Amino acid sequence: MTTATTPIRVLIGKVGLDGHDRGVKLVARALRDSGVEVIYTGLHQTPEQVVNIAIQEDVNAIGLSIHSGAHTSLFPRVLELLKTHHAEDIAVFGGGIIPSDDVGPLMETGVRALFPPGTSMSRIVEFVKGLPR
Amino acid sequence: MSGSNPLTVPECPTIPSLLKEVRTGNMRAISRAISLLETNGPERKALLEGVEPFSGHAPIIGITGYPGAGKSTVIDQLITAYRSQGKKVGVLAVDISSSLTGGAILGDRIRMQHHSLDERVYIRSMGTRGHRGGLSMATRDAIHVLDAAGYDVVLVETIGMGQEEGEIARIAQTVVDVVAPGLGDDVQAMKAGILEVAHIVVVNKADHAGAHETLQSLREWVPEVLLATATTGEGIPSLVEAITRHQQSLEVEAPISG
Repeated sequence: MTTATTPIRVLIGKVGLDGHDRGVKLVARALRDSGVEVIYTGLHQTPEQVVNIAIQEDVNAIGLSIHSGAHTSLFPRVLELLKTHHAEDIAVFGGGIIPSDDVGPLMETGVRALFPPGTSMSRIVEFVKGLPR
Repeated sequence: MSGSNPLTVPECPTIPSLLKEVRTGNMRAISRAISLLETNGPERKALLEGVEPFSGHAPIIGITGYPGAGKSTVIDQLITAYRSQGKKVGVLAVDISSSLTGGAILGDRIRMQHHSLDERVYIRSMGTRGHRGGLSMATRDAIHVLDAAGYDVVLVETIGMGQEEGEIARIAQTVVDVVAPGLGDDVQAMKAGILEVAHIVVVNKADHAGAHETLQSLREWVPEVLLATATTGEGIPSLVEAITRHQQSLEVEAPISG
């Protein structure tokens, strides 16, 4: 096997307290079907856990689903921890219930993409496949 | 975002500096090294030459068994047991990659998640990436990295597709086969395959019906069979003791053969 066939690795999981995992599982499966290695963490992760796992798994990106309303604190915390670990090259994206007013400020803190409900899977897959390796 | 786009210029340390960081136990360096070994690129040779002289200390324990038998949960409990002995624990968890797309869902660590904040536990998920035999091509290389990085014990979880998992026997010193009750009679046990190479068999889910019958039928075929309920931790101390006994028996044998 050569470098050219090396799959992209992406951590997919849920941070915070809500248990709505149907969407995130669909995303995980769509990414798998497009050739991505998905490290699936499951529910109720803390930002600290997510960042530790991302580093141990050497992922290209972290995709987080949040339906609890805590996105304005959870995303910045993940980005801050990545910085602490000198791992800012790991891209962070997300989905779930994120009011449009919050999207701009979150993108400014360094979130790469936010996919609202109704986003087509192909858009998410395209984003992930387009990440620099 | 920082001025120089950190994504297009990923951290690219030289191999000697990466090796130095691996030896100090830097998790990011360990992860990078394993990724480089997984891509099987031009750096592989230099990396392996750098870690192999410092490898060979950690016991390698292979955990195999059918999907759903409880391999990851047994490993979760083994991590807890070895951590209580003060040991640094490395885990390599292999899951199957799709033969159609190359993609994979690597989900073994879900069962081990309360160790994800422990700085003395390193867990890495690996896709098989087309390699057959229950492991990935780079699993052996990754063991050398963890060994050289100072992990006191390395646990390797196979994909668990059953009878074609012999490769773990060539990589691990001690092979533990996790089985669940009700998955076939003793004729299954007579077939060639993983039971031939397992040193210890754990009948997990001992609280389920048929566990004692499975234990009895396996005792005719395998020297060491134990009952456990990995979700509660019951039977895990006996498993740890059995692994230690097996490791000690190897130490006794080694001077004679070598």
